[in-house]
Amino acid sequence: MEKFTKVTSIITPFDKINVDTDQIVPKQFLKLVQKTGFGKYLFYNWRFEDDGTLKKDFILNNEKFNSSKILVTNENFGCGSSREHAVWALKDYGFSVIIGTSFADIFYSNCFKNGILVIKMPKDFVESLFIYEGNLVVDLENQEIIVNNIKENFEIKQDKKRRLLDGLDDIDLTLDSENIIELFEKNRTIPSII
Amino acid sequence: MSETLFEKIWNSHIVTEKENEPSLIYIDRHLIHEVTSPQAFNGLRIYKRNVRRPDLTIATVDHNIPTTDRSLPILDETSSIQIQTLETNCKDFGIKLFGKNSKNQGIVHVIGPQLGITLPGTTIVCGDSHTSTQGAFGAFAFGIGTSEVEHVLATQTLWLEKPKSFEIMVNGKRKNSFAITSKDIILSIIRQIGTDGGVGHVLEYRGEAIFDLSMEQRMTICNMSIEAGSRAGLIAPDEKTFDYLKNREFTPKNYDELVDDWNENLHTDSNTQFDKSFTINVDQIAPQVSWGTNPSMVCDVTQTIPFPEEFGNGVSNQIKSAEKALAYMDLKPGTPITEIQLDRVFIGSCTNSRIEDLIDAAEIVKGKKVSPNVRAMVVPGSQMVKYEAEKLGIDKIFIDANFEWRESGCSMCLGMNPDILKPGERCASTSNRNFEGRQGVGGRTHLVSPVMAASAAIAGHFVDVREWC
Repeated sequence: MEKFTKVTSIITPFDKINVDTDQIVPKQFLKLVQKTGFGKYLFYNWRFEDDGTLKKDFILNNEKFNSSKILVTNENFGCGSSREHAVWALKDYGFSVIIGTSFADIFYSNCFKNGILVIKMPKDFVESLFIYEGNLVVDLENQEIIVNNIKENFEIKQDKKRRLLDGLDDIDLTLDSENIIELFEKNRTIPSII
Repeated sequence: MSETLFEKIWNSHIVTEKENEPSLIYIDRHLIHEVTSPQAFNGLRIYKRNVRRPDLTIATVDHNIPTTDRSLPILDETSSIQIQTLETNCKDFGIKLFGKNSKNQGIVHVIGPQLGITLPGTTIVCGDSHTSTQGAFGAFAFGIGTSEVEHVLATQTLWLEKPKSFEIMVNGKRKNSFAITSKDIILSIIRQIGTDGGVGHVLEYRGEAIFDLSMEQRMTICNMSIEAGSRAGLIAPDEKTFDYLKNREFTPKNYDELVDDWNENLHTDSNTQFDKSFTINVDQIAPQVSWGTNPSMVCDVTQTIPFPEEFGNGVSNQIKSAEKALAYMDLKPGTPITEIQLDRVFIGSCTNSRIEDLIDAAEIVKGKKVSPNVRAMVVPGSQMVKYEAEKLGIDKIFIDANFEWRESGCSMCLGMNPDILKPGERCASTSNRNFEGRQGVGGRTHLVSPVMAASAAIAGHFVDVREWC
């Protein structure tokens, strides 16, 4: 995985609650067998008219957000289906940071596995971002969001931080403990399926 | 120290742990389907890794599979490729696959218990959020993403932060236990705790009303735990659990020994404190019908469509979201639920496609005809369910009433196969998600129980099924 570096970008304000992963990537695009190229399907049914043209009133279709790497969302973002395709789409579209008040568990975990930093912040702060138009700096190393030269700290589990900053591969790390797994298996009483 | 059932399962699966870091948790059962696994197998190939425990892994095809004649080729090319990819992956990595023509094929969460693969006290994962269904057997069963599928394939473990515990106490006795189902209980719970009420928690359903339910009814409850945002939901095993799993195709040989152990250990100790608690009484529960675009937007069949202000209770985000939902659903506040006319009825999905669901729905349908304005279909959860139903003659009851009787799969729960709603169509569905476009772009979903769906199919609109039985 690529190492996570400091992100400076304008934000895309996405003030909706309970956005489910069926909206982030609709089911008609889950049939692909690779991880790449999902960006074009992001929020497909909200982004495109039936004839494939862009819906004018959808926020992502506003050109000024084209270069944005930071999505700011509201409560319970990413709920519903476990589909990691939702995260592949956000990443491929260009987002590397998502800031919001709360996130669904599986979605949250999926983001970190794909190099997207998810930051939970208090409601007041998130709401102030919805109307903020300048650049935002997200500094993971120092756990700071810098808005208008004012630093705001954020919390993150240290193991998640380390894995993002170092771009570590989870499976490699686990396989380093293979002998402990073997030992654990020796004491198991639950039988194999077959 | 007293512990919850979940904590006992968690503690017995810790491979290694460090303070303030995730624990490495051992996975006893890994179920796989065609949609969320191809990229995981690709990853294994790129890094030249093997599947660590193919003997703890099984696969089936359920999401893409057509529910029409299985001897015909799959016309959708991308679906066909995804199914073939799973076949190749299972062959290459030595994983048992219940494929397109297997008698054990079915929705992954339906076949796990039916085959005796789901066991109490185990950890079970699948790249599918409704894995929580299997928590009904006292297992810690939860959905994971594709990166985690790859991790489990390679290591048979996962790094997890320990979820908190949430007690859902379900008291009382249902007034009409045929018409008021476990679907109505879980919809009532989600209606009250919200779609994010369970985030970061494992729910444990407790109380007399839970133990009054059959195993299949309990599965419906645990299935929808994820719709309340929770990591998983579980129910302590009892005699019903042990009876259900006895003599299944893959029930372990030392089953009686295991039962003794489960009987002794798999329960929450008395006086254990949960991190959170919620109590509901089922005495007054009415049949539930969803009216919006998430599973907390639900009301009684006897009620009217709520006004957004009333639903949102002064919270502007909630009001906005209810307004948007009503616009999508094309519903007006104040309309009685029983006046909502339907185009489609879907009885199926991992929530409600088991034999008892079909028996109950058939009881309503028997000797009647589907409304001429409605197209109705029944999709059994697995080939085993279908076979059992046909042995009982239930297929004939549905077919005589003009229901379509299909092959097993996920079908119109999410419409990845050809079973979808057309834009604007309104459907009474026994599935779990009423999200925008879930059953087809522009389609409108109302979540209900199998008996509510069956009566709606006959009447052409929702009815209070209590008046029919």
